[in-house]
Amino acid sequence: MPVPILKQGQMLIVSMQASMSDLDLVQLKDDLADRVGRFRSSGVVIDVSALDVMDSFATRTLRGIAHTTKLRGAETVIVGIQPEVAFAMVQLGLTLDDVGTALDLEEGLALATARKAEARL
Amino acid sequence: MTTAVAEQTRVLVERDGDVVNARQTGRELAASLGFRSTDLTLIATAISEVARNIVLYAGRGEIAVSAAHNGARRGIRIVAHDDGPGIPDVELAMRDGYSTGKSLGLGLSGARRLMDDFEIVSEVGVGTTITMSKWTR
Repeated sequence: MPVPILKQGQMLIVSMQASMSDLDLVQLKDDLADRVGRFRSSGVVIDVSALDVMDSFATRTLRGIAHTTKLRGAETVIVGIQPEVAFAMVQLGLTLDDVGTALDLEEGLALATARKAEARL
Repeated sequence: MTTAVAEQTRVLVERDGDVVNARQTGRELAASLGFRSTDLTLIATAISEVARNIVLYAGRGEIAVSAAHNGARRGIRIVAHDDGPGIPDVELAMRDGYSTGKSLGLGLSGARRLMDDFEIVSEVGVGTTITMSKWTR
């Protein structure tokens, strides 16, 4: 089941679904790399608040998405990591490295915009 | 495919979508056993890691979840079994960051950290069985 990607101005917004499989995640990576170029987007905000699990594969794939879109000129921000999920990630030793995170969609859009503006200086 | 035998629920794991099914099945049972929300996520994440290992390395296997009792303690037991190639060096595979290239190498060691008890038995050419438990507090 492909994940819908919404376009709002220069931003792309993705809402992840709880039942997303590994293949859906990999598909999302390909789709985003394509859309960022097609729409000349400056940022991507990925809302993971519906995810009840972020295991090693999901974390690695999200990091991959962020690095891929960065190489295509867009800043990715992950928003809505649930407190329980954050706790499990820490216990697993998972990190998002330099990928931007924010509490909710609104802050995520602001952070992606600010990061892109900074990169332009 | 999900079949319930007594208090045990078994989930066939052979495709990546089954990983999601297995962890949702485990989460539902854990919730019915009275685990708190944080533990539900830890349990579901641990199941996700061992289920993915089955898909990646064995291709096919099953995960059985059941209520567990140990004296006064109550909890959940998860048994992940496959008839895959087995792990030549279990100690090495359990090390943080060890990977044969298909993953981050945090799966098995991570699952052990998320659960209270963790045991792995593996024989090359025969298969792997992981038994892990978590207790309500």
